[in-house]
Amino acid sequence: MVAPADTMGRQATAAPFAIELKGISKAFGPVQANKDINISVPKGTIHGIIGENGAGKSTLMSILYGFYKADSGQILVGGTPTPIPDSQSAIRAGIGMVFQHFKLVQNFTVLENIVLGAEDGALLNTSLGNARRILRELAQEYGLDVDPDALIEDLSVGHQQRVEILKALFRQADILILDEPTGVLTPDEADHLFRILRGLKDQGKTIILITHKLREIMEATDNVSVMRRGTMVATVKTRETSPEQLAELMVGRKVLLEVEKTPAVPGKVVLSVENLRVRDEHGVERLKGISLDIRAGEILGIAGVAGNGQSDLLGALGGMTKATGRITLNGVDLPLSGAGADGQSRREAGIAHVPEDRHHHGLILDFTAWENVAFGYHNDPKYQKSALFMDNDALRADTEKKMATYDVRPPIATLEAKNFSGGNQQKIVVAREVEQNPDLLLIGQPTRGVDIGAIEFIHKQIVALRDAGKAILLVSVELDEIMSLSDRIAVMFDGQIMGMRDPATTDERELGMLMAGMDGKTAGEAA
Amino acid sequence: MDRLPRWADITLVPLVSLLFAAAISALVLLVIGQSPVEAFKVMVDGALGSPYGWGYTLYYATSFIFTGLAVTVAFHAGLFNIGGEGQAQLGGLGVALVCLSLPWPHWTVALIAATAGAALFGAAWAAVPAYLQAKRGSHIVITTIMFNYIAAALLVYVLVDVLRPTGQMDPASARFPVGAQLPALNDIPGFNLIFQRPVPANVTLLIALAMAVVVWALLWRTRLGYQIRAFGKSEAAAKYAGINPVRITIIAMLISGGLAGMMSINNVMGEAERLLQNSSEGAGFIGIAVALMGRNHPFGVVLAALLFGFLYQGGAELGLWTNIPIEMRIVVQGLVILFTGALDVMVRMILERLFRLFRSTKAMRAA
Repeated sequence: MVAPADTMGRQATAAPFAIELKGISKAFGPVQANKDINISVPKGTIHGIIGENGAGKSTLMSILYGFYKADSGQILVGGTPTPIPDSQSAIRAGIGMVFQHFKLVQNFTVLENIVLGAEDGALLNTSLGNARRILRELAQEYGLDVDPDALIEDLSVGHQQRVEILKALFRQADILILDEPTGVLTPDEADHLFRILRGLKDQGKTIILITHKLREIMEATDNVSVMRRGTMVATVKTRETSPEQLAELMVGRKVLLEVEKTPAVPGKVVLSVENLRVRDEHGVERLKGISLDIRAGEILGIAGVAGNGQSDLLGALGGMTKATGRITLNGVDLPLSGAGADGQSRREAGIAHVPEDRHHHGLILDFTAWENVAFGYHNDPKYQKSALFMDNDALRADTEKKMATYDVRPPIATLEAKNFSGGNQQKIVVAREVEQNPDLLLIGQPTRGVDIGAIEFIHKQIVALRDAGKAILLVSVELDEIMSLSDRIAVMFDGQIMGMRDPATTDERELGMLMAGMDGKTAGEAA
Repeated sequence: MDRLPRWADITLVPLVSLLFAAAISALVLLVIGQSPVEAFKVMVDGALGSPYGWGYTLYYATSFIFTGLAVTVAFHAGLFNIGGEGQAQLGGLGVALVCLSLPWPHWTVALIAATAGAALFGAAWAAVPAYLQAKRGSHIVITTIMFNYIAAALLVYVLVDVLRPTGQMDPASARFPVGAQLPALNDIPGFNLIFQRPVPANVTLLIALAMAVVVWALLWRTRLGYQIRAFGKSEAAAKYAGINPVRITIIAMLISGGLAGMMSINNVMGEAERLLQNSSEGAGFIGIAVALMGRNHPFGVVLAALLFGFLYQGGAELGLWTNIPIEMRIVVQGLVILFTGALDVMVRMILERLFRLFRSTKAMRAA
């Protein structure tokens, strides 16, 4: 069952390993990002590395790819000790990396991107010719079909990722590291990716898959290593473990993966949206006529792949983005442009907003926790001492109270926001918005970059607000989150709503079809 | 990364930066064949060695406090106001117009009116770049620099063609009436026990110190200051919170320009007692260095202004009593700005490393 990490390490001498890490440690100042890490990845397997944000996964992979130098420890590739001082050495050692954020030149073709940095000789044409031949072979061998002459900007995200994989294979990578590869994919594209990975494995490649999604680990990997606070807690065989056990290993205590909630009791319509349209600064229509209602006491979940207009919907409703159309809150029209179409007016009307990006919008990282608690509500009478001066003492007291209720750690109101972990930052934002007791809560990516313990807590707060008879609009790219929290699900694609579904009667497959832009009828037939 | 303790960040970093600047200045002096020790003695003696020297040092510092505060307020809104010089010159025009308009009965009344005039003219001069930045996105650094030149040209025109009394040769206004002349520190009871000879430092110093407190309260105690700082830290977040970017940009620049303009009550009303060409003498630019060195905190600005006042006065003394060219003070100022402003990170890195070393040896001893 759960073997301590170092016993796996000791077996290293016996079995052929593609890559072995022995006693890797790395500190950034006082923060020990990696502490005595041992992993052995057998050749021709898919090895998962799972852990919460800040557990040290990315640091470890950066060491493996030569971005950081470990303070101590050894890397063995194919049994021989191999120092990796830079990424060129990593590539020479046969290690390829597919980053979470693709490193592709948008207005180059697939072929040009693949050759970039690996040109053989001064003349581009010979390089491209050779590359075309190799690419054809790779495509046949691994079923990685991509048009070599297509421009990157014309490709879907899933195809762009394939180009990244091809780039690594073109550089003769035997060991492929993928960092959170499914974050930008639809469920269908993710399935396709896993098929590709299995194909690569069958051809003898070794794959390291870094993720925080338990489902993917269970689905795709042979072995899984769990990291917690810089240490390797355990390495187990995937078929001998369960999501619950992995979650417990990640967090260090038992966690509830399912959200507990009773059926919704929807009341009157709180928010009504009619034909909402948004154009971005380039004149491109980002929202193409959205209409929806949200009732009191219900959570409407918006599912969709990132970038399909969800942010614009939140922006228009939250007063950050100019729009056309009509929105009413409790029967009262709200302006969509000009005076009154700003965050202040929306808050005064009773709309609270937990933005998708807490670092750029939700918080001012250089401000203290208490200054952040006033953020957006700095005009609120309860925070004023007089017409001119703010009541900083009242604010600090209020912040301390909120920090206690939301279990923000450390509970220091005078600490700057940037010094809190992601989960605690998000709790500060959620506390600020939810405690205003709004009629409508807009909440975007409530648990992005948030640890499992805090996820559980934030989900509870959302459900509690619903049960208090408030309307909630939830936007998330995590389909699991949408499925478990929502009372109704709207799927967005290309600025439109592709369909409304009941979470009780739909499934990921159907939602995935809608997310990929196939309309309800086609999706129904395919299902 | 290891962070410095707060006290070290506030006191040690600027002090070490100054030491570096002093060391390099000493080297430069050695190269031109002068004695750094002698030069330092003359500077300290001339600027701080007597009440008379202090009278000059404080006079310069007063101007620098205003212009430093001006840069500070704009900086907290994320705006880099390089136009302090032009705003100060326009402030001088405001002071002159007020002072020459009436036969003022008493200096207190004249001071209030002249302060208002200075602030108003300075703010108005900042309003145009502010509007262009807020509404049209024209970069405020560029526009404020250009407005410095326009201000200089405008002042020449006004002084030569409008305010110059007939028959006067130099481009300057008429002398202000007696009722608009401010008491110097040697005229003020209490202060006159220290300053027994006439000094240029005047009652404006007290206004400058009061403004430092006002700016501090504005930035950290009022709702407006909160919005200014929030906007300055993150424009995107300010938009989310519903803070109007146009409004904050314009208000912050009006306050900034007003403060820069107010420096003219020190030099124009308090010292020259008439408006001269180029009255602000670069104090608007020194304000940028003062704000940088003062960490954009009003109290830091006061201390940095004192330092630059010392450099100004000490530098002038160098020109008087030694063979060192007066331009040397520009070299020293440049080095101070270089080390406290631009090379701040380098100094901090060195100190952080020292602190870490110190801590680990202490930890080892404890273990």
